[in-house]
Amino acid sequence: MLSNIKILYHQGKQFIPDVTTAKVPGIFRGRPVISTTTVDTQALTDCCPMNAITSAPVAIDLGRCTFCGACARRFPDKITFTTDYQISTNERERLIVKEGDTGKVEVNPASVRKEIHRTFGRSLKLRQISAGGDNSCEWELNASNNVQFDMCRFGIDFVASPRHADGILITGPITQNMARAVQICYDAIPEPKIVVLAGTDAISGGVLADSPAIDRTFLDRIHVDLYIPGNPCHPLTIINGLLDLTRKKTLNG
Amino acid sequence: MNHLTIHNHQTIALEDIPRMAYADFYDLNTGWIKNSEHCHCVNYFGHRTGKDLLLICCVADDATGSIYVSAHPTNGHTPLESMTAVAPCYERFERELHENFGIPMVNHPWLKPVRYPHHRADQTQTMDTYPFYSIDSEELHEVGVGPIHAGIIEPGHFRFICNGEQILHLEIQLGYQHRGIEALMVKNKNLLRRATLAEAIAGDTAIGHTTTFCNVWESLSQWEPTPDVVYARTLALELERMAIHTGDLSAVCTDVAYQLGSSVLGRLRTPIVNFMQEWGGNRLGKGFVRPGQCVFPFTSQLSDRLTTIFTEYERDFNEIMDEIFQLPSALSRFERTGVVSTEDARAIGAVGMVARTCGIARDIRATHPTGLYTTLAHAPIVKHHGDVYARVSLRREEIAQSMAYVREWMNTIPESSLHTEPAQRLQPNAFTLSLTEGWRGEICHCAITDDNGDLATYKIKDPSFHNWMALALAVRNNEISDFPICNKSFNLSYAGHDL
Repeated sequence: MLSNIKILYHQGKQFIPDVTTAKVPGIFRGRPVISTTTVDTQALTDCCPMNAITSAPVAIDLGRCTFCGACARRFPDKITFTTDYQISTNERERLIVKEGDTGKVEVNPASVRKEIHRTFGRSLKLRQISAGGDNSCEWELNASNNVQFDMCRFGIDFVASPRHADGILITGPITQNMARAVQICYDAIPEPKIVVLAGTDAISGGVLADSPAIDRTFLDRIHVDLYIPGNPCHPLTIINGLLDLTRKKTLNG
Repeated sequence: MNHLTIHNHQTIALEDIPRMAYADFYDLNTGWIKNSEHCHCVNYFGHRTGKDLLLICCVADDATGSIYVSAHPTNGHTPLESMTAVAPCYERFERELHENFGIPMVNHPWLKPVRYPHHRADQTQTMDTYPFYSIDSEELHEVGVGPIHAGIIEPGHFRFICNGEQILHLEIQLGYQHRGIEALMVKNKNLLRRATLAEAIAGDTAIGHTTTFCNVWESLSQWEPTPDVVYARTLALELERMAIHTGDLSAVCTDVAYQLGSSVLGRLRTPIVNFMQEWGGNRLGKGFVRPGQCVFPFTSQLSDRLTTIFTEYERDFNEIMDEIFQLPSALSRFERTGVVSTEDARAIGAVGMVARTCGIARDIRATHPTGLYTTLAHAPIVKHHGDVYARVSLRREEIAQSMAYVREWMNTIPESSLHTEPAQRLQPNAFTLSLTEGWRGEICHCAITDDNGDLATYKIKDPSFHNWMALALAVRNNEISDFPICNKSFNLSYAGHDL
């Protein structure tokens, strides 16, 4: 017992006090900024293995980007990745960062369904479904609940049964072999319910988008409430995204 | 009967692989397994060209560091006598060949679907019609779990046959994660996209699988990796091992309801993965390994930083592990739980961590070393009881071993060199096999190129492909309540298996 208390004491303070302002260490590649410098646009779009870069105007789709940084190394004057991890949004178009854009990628409170703030503003229970996820986003979702990121403190939890859940959070491109299970799980959740897509693979199919083994028709039938980009998505991107979706923001932010 | 003997990462002409009648192929490949306890099958797959199908079997010999390659040309319709009855390690490989190409396997004891791939020969087989083994009994009951599990983990279906609380039999149905990665590897012509695909094989082993892919690619394009390339990849591979082992120890504590252990080990994973982010910009090492280049060279600043991290990590890690290993409530859950016998492990061809917890010193770093491992004289850590306790203590000691290696390597950081990317064009009509010891065990990628020097077949084998059977055997006669801790002590990959 005493040794346990000693260990506990040795941990010091582990939790991140403010998850909205915490700095991430190192060369984390978060929200990109594209300058208005003129470059060989063809070479720029070709250097992206994910076809996430489009031209006129030059733009990066964070729903396709794997944040590998190849473009920024090849065209350092054109593209830089900032350490801004707050890149979750509820509108798919907002994930497209255009040249000259310096604003944040964020949830648009005006387009969030009203019942979300009212019902889930102080408590959100999610059922996670890995549907072809490669276990990297799954690791980071688990990390969101460790003692450092400690997402539970905001009343956001992952639960075992869809019957206890307020929505689903999908990782992976949705394989054919999981498509039915995803639908059954979604149907089992009582209304009102939300759908969150976490990670590049879930948002666009990612590197697996052209695979004949995936079936994304489920997404045609439902409304997606939140996109959390990343490959895998960072725990702080996950937590801030869910908080922005469920907490009503004031005009002053 | 002859065969070809190659070593790890070696590229050979496809036509140099001896082709033989099936009777000879059968005798040769079952003979090695039967006659030597050092031999195990690392890959056995089909290469389709038009109507012809070439079966290629690769057997690794741990005693000599060689890999024996042999081939049998067939057509997909001719029935073949199953090797499984004599050498059970071929069990899943033969099921896979049957499922992918429709080859009738005669006298296979368990010819069931493996993963329901999109290109399966028999499209009438679906996930919903899996033929589970069942017992018609008044006393026994069945428990079905999955594909969606209670926690945040990948999908798979577990079907238990229980006598009260006791598990008599477990059958694991996989395939939910099938994304067609092998086919995409061939279809996509962009090298960076292929590397990104390799990272997605199993996202928790991004370094391991991408390194293996790069070794294959560089061997096929005759690009000799420079010291800094090898150095960065090897360091990252050992850091990946440390990070995942730490996380899994945390999860094992969660499953025995030891909250302090779970919390402390859970947070101890963070400094390691955050260091990967400081070094390469991604906590799980994605975007880090790329063919023909060292995107993120290791520097002396990084070395200083990692030294500090290790010092703090080691102190806290040892403190909590010492506590766990003298905590009766934890030990009583670990000891004699989920036992895999040495005989079973050998029979199913178990690899990596699972083999080493059952008294089998199988470790590519020692038996088929390349790069930094050739000068290391790596002595695999081996445990003998095959239970949860063995897997927990193995992870603890492997963390210490990896940390010692990285510390040693940090004394001499190689100069950064200028790189040219390996040619997009590879040697035509060639075959390459690459083995890497990832944290789960032996990763094997095989590639075959066509007349134009592009990939024609890309075969991936995650260690989980062998080791899922070990989990099914481990839980027999255990209480069903011990299933989570058994499962987590293995932590096998669903995505790596389903591809």
